Amino acid sequence: MSQELYTNLAIFVLSLLVGFEVISKIPATLHTPMMSGANAIHGVVVVGSILVALEADSPLFYVIAFIAAVLGAVNVAGGYVVTDRMLEMFSKPKEKQDDTKGGEH
Amino acid sequence: MSGLMTVVSLSYLVSAACYVIGLHMMRTPKTARNGNRLSSVGMFLAVIMTFIVALVKHQASAMGWILLIVALVIGVGYGVYKARTVKMTDMPQLVSLFNAVGGGAAAAIGTFDYLSKPNGASLAFAFSFPVILDLVIGSVTFSGSLIATGKLSGHVSGKPISFPGAKLLNGLVVLLILGSIVLTVGFPTNVWTLVLAIVASLVFGILMTIPIGGADMPVVVSLLNAFTGLAVAMAGFVIDNQVLIIAGALVGAAGTILTLQMAAAMNRSVANIIAGGFGTGDSGGTATDDVPVNVKETSADDIGVQLAYAKNVMIIPGYGLAAAQAQHEVAELAKLLTDNGINVNYAIHPVAGRMPGHMNVLLAEVNVPYDQMKQLEEANSMFENTDVSLVIGANDVTNPAARKPNTAISGMPILDVDKSKSVVVIKRSMSTGYAGIQNELFSDDQTSMFFSDAKKGLQDIIAATKEYLDQ
Repeated sequence: MSQELYTNLAIFVLSLLVGFEVISKIPATLHTPMMSGANAIHGVVVVGSILVALEADSPLFYVIAFIAAVLGAVNVAGGYVVTDRMLEMFSKPKEKQDDTKGGEH
Repeated sequence: MSGLMTVVSLSYLVSAACYVIGLHMMRTPKTARNGNRLSSVGMFLAVIMTFIVALVKHQASAMGWILLIVALVIGVGYGVYKARTVKMTDMPQLVSLFNAVGGGAAAAIGTFDYLSKPNGASLAFAFSFPVILDLVIGSVTFSGSLIATGKLSGHVSGKPISFPGAKLLNGLVVLLILGSIVLTVGFPTNVWTLVLAIVASLVFGILMTIPIGGADMPVVVSLLNAFTGLAVAMAGFVIDNQVLIIAGALVGAAGTILTLQMAAAMNRSVANIIAGGFGTGDSGGTATDDVPVNVKETSADDIGVQLAYAKNVMIIPGYGLAAAQAQHEVAELAKLLTDNGINVNYAIHPVAGRMPGHMNVLLAEVNVPYDQMKQLEEANSMFENTDVSLVIGANDVTNPAARKPNTAISGMPILDVDKSKSVVVIKRSMSTGYAGIQNELFSDDQTSMFFSDAKKGLQDIIAATKEYLDQ
């Protein structure tokens, strides 16, 4: 096995374990935003799209790279924006309660 | 490593750390939003660094740059537009759509790299194996998620679709996929191997998703989320980029955990759910439809009395609530009750709705405080002291038949709604839930049924409750 493959494999396995550890602590209430946030994180695929796009040098490769870049960009931009929108709602009631409390006292 | 590459690699490491810490911060509603923002900062850093590399290397043609910029502008524009305008009830299909595009992008990257090797070149295992996995998983996710999106948004029938010979066809397609893997790993590059892998995987994605019914969607969306993560990680192996590997693995882990939790909440194996239908593989529904059940019908007026004189009220939301878009009415009713000193809580089953945590998002949209959303176990400890349980658009997850052996839902963890003093079920008709069996809760002595659309019914109940509270 090449050194490169071994390093990447080690990173992959350890990241999986970190993922299991971090995610299992997230309460069910936040599962949709968490999933959507994870969705945004796999938008990192846009980095790969950019890297291959710049190697393209013939029509076929231009087309493939173009598709990869559009899809990756939808993923990353949409993912973060929609997650933020959802999480804004989760933090809203708290603030509202605080506001009313402030008003009463 | 050159000076520039050192900076870039370290930046990638920082962004990977941002994703992990960002996800970690999602464990409380208070820190979750900043967590997501931290993760987005990491993402921004990764993208900027990638552009710097590209600029310094000077390898790209002008055409390449133009196409890339145009593609990114289109993608970002469409993504942000969808994200800003989507209704909270439509969240599952959007998440599913983002799974599709992520998987599609990963597959496109794999295709690009495979084709950029000269035809007939023999490939190192370290390249050929990840590239074929990337292509297969990415393509399955792409077509599977698009079908799931279609089902969730109603463009494709939400019912399990099965046809004679489906199993045979599935087996054949799986064999073709395995064949393409062997060909890619064991033989020199060939365009037809690639075409075989992509076509077979796209077909498999469709075949895998099409027999799965609406109520199993939380499992499918989670599973496809895990697939996307794995496809992205494989793309990272292909282009030797560690930030893709780390991020992909994190998402793969997240999706896997959710998939297993959702399956456990239905007491079914993932394989059984993917095989489609319910229980024995038959979607059921006919066997018990005609069994007469003694149900009591009630009126909005009577429910109003019950609620006005209750101390503790539990609301049990289900997919019917999302379908009727009645979350605002639920919140209005709850606010009316709490303003009059009545305790209101929400009992949320893990698989209520069409994706993990679907109900929580709807309730958060209408400002329901986080601490009123009770998960399965906590809710079950509260039903004995509950005066009125209001079941809105939920069915199978409240069915006491789950406690008995030999029913389609035996062993499934349920909400013990039947333990509360009085139960009111708002439902459009006596039709069965997804499991296709009658809900014994409906014929219990303390249960009364209110046949109505959730939105309309709740409006009537609010009006009636107001009258009694004013007295």
